[in-house]
Amino acid sequence: MNHHKTGREVQRLADFWPHVKSAGLFFSVASVPGFARRQTVLQCTIPAVGEPLPILPQYPVTGDRAHVKPTNIGAHEYFHKVVDCQWACPAHTPVPEYIRLIAAGRYSDAYMINWRSNVFPGILGRVCDRPCEPACRRGRVDKEPVAICRLKRVAADLKDDIRDRLPLAPEKKNGKRVACIGCGPASLTVARDLAVIGYQVSIFDSGATPGGMVRSQIPKFRLPDSVIDEECGYILDLGVEAYFNHWVKSLKDVLAEGWDAVFVGTGAPRGRDAEIPGRQEAAAHIQIGIDWLANVAFGHTTKIARRVIVLGGGNTAMDCCRSARRMGGEDVKVIVRSGFEEMKASPWEKEEAIHEGIPILNMRVPKEFRHENGTLTGVLFEIVRAEYDAKGRRSLIPTGEPDEFHACDEVLVAIGQENAFPWIEKDIGLEFDKWGMPVLNEATLQSTLPKVFFGGDAALGPKNIITAAAQGHEAAISIDLFCRGKDQLKRPPPMVNLVSQKMGIHEWSYDNQVSEEERKKVPVKALEKTLKDIKLELELGFDPFMACAEAERCLNCDIETVFTVKTCIECDACVDICPTECITFTANGEEDDLRGRLKAPAKIRDQALYVSDTLKTGRVMVKDENICLHCGMCAERCPTGAWDMQKFFLQCAEAGTEARRT
Amino acid sequence: MTYLAKPKLLRADAPKNALGYTRRDYEGAISTLCAGCGHDSISAAVVQACFDLDIEPHRVAKLSGIGCSSKTPDYFLGASHGFNTTHGRMPSVLTGAALANRDLLYLGVSGDGDSASIGIGQFAHAMRRGVNMTYIVENNGVYGLTKGQFSATTDKGSKNKRGVVNNDTPIDLMALALQLGASYVARSFSGDKEQLIPLIKGALRHRGPAVIDVISPCVTFNNHAGSTKSYDYVREHNEAVNRLDFILPRDQINASYEPGSLRRVVQHDGSILHLRKLGNDYDPSDRVGAMNHLQERHALGEIVTGLLYVDSSAEDLHRHLNTVEKPLNQLGDAYLCPGGKALEALNASLR
Repeated sequence: MNHHKTGREVQRLADFWPHVKSAGLFFSVASVPGFARRQTVLQCTIPAVGEPLPILPQYPVTGDRAHVKPTNIGAHEYFHKVVDCQWACPAHTPVPEYIRLIAAGRYSDAYMINWRSNVFPGILGRVCDRPCEPACRRGRVDKEPVAICRLKRVAADLKDDIRDRLPLAPEKKNGKRVACIGCGPASLTVARDLAVIGYQVSIFDSGATPGGMVRSQIPKFRLPDSVIDEECGYILDLGVEAYFNHWVKSLKDVLAEGWDAVFVGTGAPRGRDAEIPGRQEAAAHIQIGIDWLANVAFGHTTKIARRVIVLGGGNTAMDCCRSARRMGGEDVKVIVRSGFEEMKASPWEKEEAIHEGIPILNMRVPKEFRHENGTLTGVLFEIVRAEYDAKGRRSLIPTGEPDEFHACDEVLVAIGQENAFPWIEKDIGLEFDKWGMPVLNEATLQSTLPKVFFGGDAALGPKNIITAAAQGHEAAISIDLFCRGKDQLKRPPPMVNLVSQKMGIHEWSYDNQVSEEERKKVPVKALEKTLKDIKLELELGFDPFMACAEAERCLNCDIETVFTVKTCIECDACVDICPTECITFTANGEEDDLRGRLKAPAKIRDQALYVSDTLKTGRVMVKDENICLHCGMCAERCPTGAWDMQKFFLQCAEAGTEARRT
Repeated sequence: MTYLAKPKLLRADAPKNALGYTRRDYEGAISTLCAGCGHDSISAAVVQACFDLDIEPHRVAKLSGIGCSSKTPDYFLGASHGFNTTHGRMPSVLTGAALANRDLLYLGVSGDGDSASIGIGQFAHAMRRGVNMTYIVENNGVYGLTKGQFSATTDKGSKNKRGVVNNDTPIDLMALALQLGASYVARSFSGDKEQLIPLIKGALRHRGPAVIDVISPCVTFNNHAGSTKSYDYVREHNEAVNRLDFILPRDQINASYEPGSLRRVVQHDGSILHLRKLGNDYDPSDRVGAMNHLQERHALGEIVTGLLYVDSSAEDLHRHLNTVEKPLNQLGDAYLCPGGKALEALNASLR
């Protein structure tokens, strides 16, 4: 015979068995008035006669212990962060979305998604710094991440003519005039975003062609001029007035011209020099890397000595050494202060250099340029080792080995870039900090002179093209808000959408079969050919078949697993099927405790836990987002549809989008 | 069910057991059972138990009869030996295999139809003979494969999906097993792996017939209000007599227990069963007490789970029959067929 006790009677029983109470209580059904939801037993079975049965601690109940709050999946930041690549991209390009379009052969659509977010898909598809790839989830469950960057190039290479899809500048302008100084990626992004909403944008650049550092510093064998011409052209065709061969000598003069806003996107144009003995004497044979690259790019320099040493370990150094090889340098070496792993150059650029027969020597600090009457004979290096202090700061300690001499005929110095604003007067109210950088509001990129905004390498120091584009978008939003007299800190929110992908019991509107193929290598032209012609593009790009195979490696992280507490019957089907064991049903607790108790302990703290509200048994569903393959098996196995696969789409706001009225 | 095979991608730190296998290496084909079937949880529990016990997959023979439950051996231990017998005949085929080769671990998987209806005789005799095996009954109280008729373990008064009430008395396979001499008798619930996995481990390392009745809700035909084998009903009426911690001889014992709260049982191979007492003082070494407890609590509408009875010193069929240690396939022809003279001598001795 069953006897149902009220909550209060049960509480009394619980007091009777201290061990039961301490372990927690099993409960079900709805709540009883007067009792906190997590602390009561709502129904239990008691024998008709004699001593009542203990209430068994089926699952511990949290009571007043600290526990993790249910995840707020309504805030777009949560699901955005699950899409690691998009989160890592400064411009938040919807990566999985365009990769799926590439797999479907819809290259133009894929291109347009990119074009909207990052403005230069063809350029970035060749030379982007790819912050997305180290973040790619595939890299955590497979040997290598998805070749996101090279897929972007596929969209650019294989698209149709997309000119009729581009927005047009309105014929009737809004009457506001904006000047952009410099014609690099940041300025061009500002120009695009503002031109299409009715601004009259004028760009001033000292060069003869658009592109800025993209054109002057990146060798043509990595990025042909035709791609730069095409993508800069799309922007200049929006009615943007471009003044080339126009050197801006004074910001004061520019401001006097009565612009509504001025955007400074002049990059970091000064290469750092190696000030060591012999520098002045052998000056004729020592060149600054970025200046030399620009001379090569524009055809002013056509040859180099036989033996070349490149100083520096960044991407500019890699471009210098590979260009030197193509200019006739036979014995080209890169010599770097730091260790190989700590070099600033991207791993793939180091690989390319090594592939082209260029040795990289590490832990060597240049000490002296040796010369004979001004003719360079070589460079002397001190051999060092790295030591780190408690704070992780590195210092280079001489090992005491004898200094090393490397003979050479020419040196390229690529040890960093600096900002330079000689054309900005110091008395016009635009403040600079002690490092010579403009004082900016980092959220709005506005300087202390309200009309003047900064972006790209000129704003917060040298970074990369994709950051310049992202900052261009932000600056354009700020300029638009500023010109309309609105609060720049009330930024427009991104466009966000979350929609189920269910098409049938086992059918999803995405390909949920996880490809087990390895990362595809981009085919390249033969070295004998490419080393002879500096303008010949080395990489061929993926063909449609390779592109499809590579695109299929994408795990579709934007197809989110969405859990509904009230339909879950706690059958464990999702737990049992999950290939990476990332779902656990357990008692709630403190986050560290919870992370350790999962079926697969969640060790990477910056990867979120998805924690549900309390279930019928008093437990919670906890999913470690880190290793989820987004294969949808949990949703296929769920008998009640408590799991669903929903596509999360986020597109950042552009200038002209209205902020939320709150 | 799912059509796609599980992706092979693993997390980099996926744990490996002493043999270097990951848990995934103990899986089988993708299940074709209904989504949410309790049987899939039991398969997952078997996978976990075999992984934890460092069992070499080729040392396991899994046998089953017919039914949803009997399909499941395809879904775990894909690298083990398997035999899908005729309906209800798993125990006799398994007995034969065990007699021919005692080196393998025998895992019989059956359901309430396969064991309590067509195969009840086979079940009874395997228990009373003391076959050295683990016998898992995946008990959902319904004939799922034939669209949801009452089975022999459906409780009296339980309703089917259309509201029809069952009037027949149920067979309690564990009461039967206790009466027939099984030496390791447990009941568990597919929705409580924390209880189920140690019970399976203890059974796999037990000598003699070890039987576990696992209540396993049928999501399609027996998970509605009025059913006594639904997820909700079992959770509400589950009354565990103890919680088992299974400890291998090599393991260090870190857990501390309050004095008097623990019963320690050492099995023949040195593995240890730590039985944490829950509530009243239940004695798992008392066969008659266990039978009484089962009946009493059943009358109160409770589902008694946990390790109901264990006899760690039990003998098995091999000892009773004094069989040869070596598997028959490893004995030479001369030994298996001693020739005409030996036959004559044998015949003469019987005249």
